[in-house]
Amino acid sequence: MNAPSEKMALDVARIRKDFPILDLKVNGRPLVFLDNAASSQMPRQVMDRFVRYQSTQHANIHRAVHYLSETATAEYEIARRKLQAFINAKEEREVIFTSGTTDSINLVAHGWGRKFLSEGDEIILTTLEHHSNIVPWQMVAEEKGAKIRVVPIFDNGELDLDAYEKLFNPRTKIACFTHVSNALGTINPVREMLAIARKHGVVTLVDGAQAAPHLSVDVQALDCDFYAFSGHKLCGPTGIGILYGKAALLEAMQPFKGGGDMILSVTFDKTTYAPIPAKFEAGTPPIAAAITLGAAVDYLGAVGMDRIAAHETDLLDYATRKVTELPGVRIIGTAEKKAAVLSFVIQGVHPHDVGTFLNEDGVAIRTGHHCAQPVMQRFKVPATSRASFAFYNTMDEVDALVASIRHVQKVFG
Amino acid sequence: MADSRNLYQEVILDHNKKPRNWGALADATHKSEGLNPLCGDHLFVSLKVSGPTIEAVQFEGESCAICKASASMMTTVVKGKTRDDAEQLVNEFRDMATGKLDTAKSQHHLGRLTVFAGVRDLPTRVKCAILPWHTLHAALNAQNTISTEADADPMQAPVIGS
Repeated sequence: MNAPSEKMALDVARIRKDFPILDLKVNGRPLVFLDNAASSQMPRQVMDRFVRYQSTQHANIHRAVHYLSETATAEYEIARRKLQAFINAKEEREVIFTSGTTDSINLVAHGWGRKFLSEGDEIILTTLEHHSNIVPWQMVAEEKGAKIRVVPIFDNGELDLDAYEKLFNPRTKIACFTHVSNALGTINPVREMLAIARKHGVVTLVDGAQAAPHLSVDVQALDCDFYAFSGHKLCGPTGIGILYGKAALLEAMQPFKGGGDMILSVTFDKTTYAPIPAKFEAGTPPIAAAITLGAAVDYLGAVGMDRIAAHETDLLDYATRKVTELPGVRIIGTAEKKAAVLSFVIQGVHPHDVGTFLNEDGVAIRTGHHCAQPVMQRFKVPATSRASFAFYNTMDEVDALVASIRHVQKVFG
Repeated sequence: MADSRNLYQEVILDHNKKPRNWGALADATHKSEGLNPLCGDHLFVSLKVSGPTIEAVQFEGESCAICKASASMMTTVVKGKTRDDAEQLVNEFRDMATGKLDTAKSQHHLGRLTVFAGVRDLPTRVKCAILPWHTLHAALNAQNTISTEADADPMQAPVIGS
């Protein structure tokens, strides 16, 4: 693969050449793409993998005995092993291909929650959760008569760990929390939180959608029960994601979806389910997307997750300093440990007007509630503007963001 | 796409900064709440209707500049109009914002409200401009709450990408 070498320092100019979309002009201006927390862009090497698969390797998997089916099956399982290595899972069967983080969390809510939760049981969530780590639990809680308990946050966007620990009681069955907040960028102390949950014998799920693109993830070191993340935030395609689960838990769970490929035998009297991971991969899976995601984690691995994290921290520190210097701009989320997200509000200007104006300068940011309305309610804002960084962003792009914000302030001033 | 900054003309920025008829009418005969759950625009329109005439109208809420200016200008225009004339403006405004009415070519009664014609080029902002007019229509028709995303959306605004 033609990715940057491990030995070199992060050469952003060279990396940017891998991403065709970064050459785009928007409204006559060079694209400044700062909406990476919503979805990241794809390098040519990863696109090429998709083309190679479709051109020379595609057929349905796990079925026919012909050459292409065997090749596609092998490549699909190679991709699984790449994802296993990416998060350091102990066994490859602990890595389930899903359609994305939302699908992964729903799989646990239905496959685990509907089987093991009963009336009066408690589910711990936090104020920082994305709606995708709230709504599936509300649906299951309503069905089973379980209760949701919510960890509060401080004004800087950090979780109140004492309050978290106090929520545990004999009725607590599962604790689900995000590794990195999508709306604020807060990196939660997940190791500590997981240790507390383990002490109480409580099952844990970590939403890693915003963490996997920015930090090295080691699920064995974390010792979480479930870890969920998406491919399209990792320079991969949409429609693919991962649920990591400890083998014993996955084996105990009921399937979420029934269909082909997830069975050992079917009669009208009884169906025997396939072992994991097939039990949770009913129907023809997104084979091409899985294999393409395998190439994406190869690419990230070659760039180096530690170097990615270091460069993004530099970008965030620089952007935070520059935006803090702007009078009338308030940063929402000032946790000590943050990853690649700068959420802000401009006094007297609604975020949607900010977004429309920045777009005219070619600057793409996200404006709105970021599917995290409890966070917005906590900070008493209807919405924020959010710039989110990837390893291919530059300091010049941060300057373009700041110049565009100044322009908005001038017009609305 | 047209430069959306053309949309943010002086008159819109001015109404955003100093919204007219801001507040809630104490003696309202009709009122309604409008919400765009996708972007968070949220406003309340109250009316005092006597016979066929809208004698007074006020609004308040939290929204972007496009929505707030649209609401502010709406209140100045419909005050003193008959319900029928106001409903006609609701229809014409919606058609202009969604690109069905070309104000340069067809007859209309929108007057200076044509400063909002540019939203037709900004699919994600169309609903910001229309929301106050939805809410006015709902108030006149005794619907207490409307949402741009509800099945019963009385104006059937297009749901595009916001």
